Amino acid sequence: MTLLKRGLSRRRVLQTGMAGIIGSGIAPLMFTKGAWAQEFCNNPTGDTVTFGLNLPLTGAYAEEGADEQKAYELAIAHINGEGDGGLISVLAPTALKGNGILGKKVGYVSSDSQTKSDVARAGATRMIERDGAIMITGGSSSGEAIAVQGLCQEMGVIFMAGLTHSNDTTGKDKRRYGFRHFFNAYQSGVGLAPVLGQEYGSDRRAYHLTADYTWGWTQEESIKAATEALGWDTVAAVRTPLGSTDYSQYLTPILNSGADVLILNHYGLDMVNSLTQAVQFGMRDRQANGKDFQIVTPLISELMAKGAGESVKGIFGTSNWHWNLQDPGTIAFTKSFGAAYGSPPSQAAHTAYVQALLYADAVERAGTFYPPEVIKALEGHEFDGMGNGPTLYRAEDHQCIKNVLVVQGNENPSSEYDVLNIVQEIPRDEVAYDPAMFGGELGPAEPAPLCA
Amino acid sequence: MTVMSRNDLLLFLGFTVVVLAMPIWLHPFGAAYPDLLQRFMIYGIFAVGFNILFGLTGYLSFGHAAFFGVGSYAAVWSFKLLSLDAIPAMIFAIVISGLFALIIGYVSLRRSGIYFSILTLAFAQMSYNLAYSVLTPITNGETGLQLTLNDPRYLDRAMFEAAPGQPVPTLLGQSLGGFAGFYFCAGFLILAFFIAQRITSSPFGMMLKGIKSNQTRMNYTGFNTKPYTLAAFVISGMYAGLAGALLAVTDPLAGAERMQWTASGEVVLMTILGGAGTLVGPVIGAWLIKYFENIFSAINENILHRFFDFLPDGVDNVLVAISSKFVGEGWFLTLGLVFVLIVVFLPGGIMEGVRRIAHLFDRSRRSPTKPGKATPHPQPAE
Repeated sequence: MTLLKRGLSRRRVLQTGMAGIIGSGIAPLMFTKGAWAQEFCNNPTGDTVTFGLNLPLTGAYAEEGADEQKAYELAIAHINGEGDGGLISVLAPTALKGNGILGKKVGYVSSDSQTKSDVARAGATRMIERDGAIMITGGSSSGEAIAVQGLCQEMGVIFMAGLTHSNDTTGKDKRRYGFRHFFNAYQSGVGLAPVLGQEYGSDRRAYHLTADYTWGWTQEESIKAATEALGWDTVAAVRTPLGSTDYSQYLTPILNSGADVLILNHYGLDMVNSLTQAVQFGMRDRQANGKDFQIVTPLISELMAKGAGESVKGIFGTSNWHWNLQDPGTIAFTKSFGAAYGSPPSQAAHTAYVQALLYADAVERAGTFYPPEVIKALEGHEFDGMGNGPTLYRAEDHQCIKNVLVVQGNENPSSEYDVLNIVQEIPRDEVAYDPAMFGGELGPAEPAPLCA
Repeated sequence: MTVMSRNDLLLFLGFTVVVLAMPIWLHPFGAAYPDLLQRFMIYGIFAVGFNILFGLTGYLSFGHAAFFGVGSYAAVWSFKLLSLDAIPAMIFAIVISGLFALIIGYVSLRRSGIYFSILTLAFAQMSYNLAYSVLTPITNGETGLQLTLNDPRYLDRAMFEAAPGQPVPTLLGQSLGGFAGFYFCAGFLILAFFIAQRITSSPFGMMLKGIKSNQTRMNYTGFNTKPYTLAAFVISGMYAGLAGALLAVTDPLAGAERMQWTASGEVVLMTILGGAGTLVGPVIGAWLIKYFENIFSAINENILHRFFDFLPDGVDNVLVAISSKFVGEGWFLTLGLVFVLIVVFLPGGIMEGVRRIAHLFDRSRRSPTKPGKATPHPQPAE
């Protein structure tokens, strides 16, 4: 108030005015620029950046987790310019130079998520807080993915989801900081139903066994909707706990239920167990309602098919990707993975590898690690060459829209890896859907949260 | 009874200093990051509470994780329905888990010894299965209960506009992430420790110890021991609920796994490892186990190779091959070995070791004074 008491001199007014103009006009630019360059979680200052790999190395999905780890190690080597470069040369468009990310070498830390959401979240927190991870990736259960995705949104760290197939990951529980390359249960249903109708007719009675968590729930819902649209009946849908080993108590009631198709909404070791036991029960030799009894596994991978052995022959399912595709991306990846580990990669390995590369590419294109800019670079990004044909990272729900494969257990495998045949490649336009269909809200990217 | 004895006061002050200085003295051990420190505090509270039941009355409950989980679920529901503030969530969690403990305790405490343990185990396993697959609308099963943008949060919405972004628990508008969360939990651990200390030295605590040494005699002398054991059971259930709520405050996700029997077994391990019946022992046991779980499980072969780098090539690889079985996923092996060694050589847990060492020093100076009250500060990483 001293200003007013003395009266305002002209000089004073000019001074204050100029200061005001400068202050309001220019200073924010400087501040925002400074903030843009500095203030975010785990801003890498040295000449390395760290990826946090959150992998289930024990539990029902352990095998997928181990394969993902191999893929991440390979991807990191390729990003750093080691090895044969893998898919970097076929990714189009690409900003990767094979000298790390923005000139920084990539390292990694890992954590065993035990196929449990709680543990996955604690592991991710540790990797962010203690090890300074710039990005968290991995997970091979949707429960884990959703739990970790929520955490990453809180912390302001980008999460590149690995194997997660629940509609909720990019639906009801989608987050601005979470991205999924893998397809989802809805797309499985849309892709699989026409083939099932063609093979098994439109007058079938289905019995579902479902893993009791988010992925199982949404897959059951999607497959039910797709098969009921064909004219099938759903006799019952029974939930089984994740990680069960003995399914006989769930299989016995099916025999007298009047169902003639068993749909197994299981994954990983659960699927290996339930499928093998169902076949041991003699289900595939049975007749019901005057038809051959059939088993369907809506989501299946080479690892599971290999684990189930004989039982999987002739069974239909869907996959995100298969090593036997004949495009340059797939050939390059299978070659590079085979050279390093002596076996063809699984779809889990593929999605993990691609996610790591896409993140690195997005950072290069954004020119910064600042998450909101990286998010902008990923949203609506259209790319090709990764083995799935042209692919779009949808901005509305962070779901990749790409072709879906319908596969069938190989009747005459030529090697222990040649266990699935590709029946059909469903073009991406047919499996695209309205992003608003599953609800949910991405939330804001900015202000970028600051982790501790 | 209103004044603390000098020893108790020293113990309390020493404990407070050690806890509050944890971010400093744990730094060389690679454990001074907020998430692990918060877990140290939370499981410390859980173990202190468990010790009120097991250490004082001798009743071995194998189902305490149920109360822990109920506390978490109650807290997350309070975040979802009422407010993001931590205080209502914690009150809600303590009340609910107290009620839950009252019901389970009332039934289980009709038996003692192994039958009591089995009953509590059965109840806990029932609660786990309910949370995992039956009550999924309330618990969201395997996926875990999480906060979302469109939770109702009636209290918050009534008072102000929802802030943008992922909802996180706060304390009067202050965020509880990182070290703020640690000090918040540390405050509660110190408070929990203080209350446990007061309980132990009160006539009520004497009664509980009497039950442990000879319940039949207590009954013959005319005491009805039931209300005492039930009170101890409910108090320790409320402690577990508080710990569960704090875990939900620092990380707002409640999963069914924290109610599994392994989690119940873990708190028993913590208490025995540290020294059942002592005040500090269970806390040290909790710290030790959480340290193993988080640090040993994160060591992989690369780190081992770097560690054994100074050795010649062949020896180096052999050592890595052997020791890698004990770290990473194999950390349970290390923990098991430590547990066996302690139970065999120090049946009273780490606190007995501390007492023996203190005794050695005391004897060389003067006649032994009250052993076990002295608290040198053992490192959880020894």
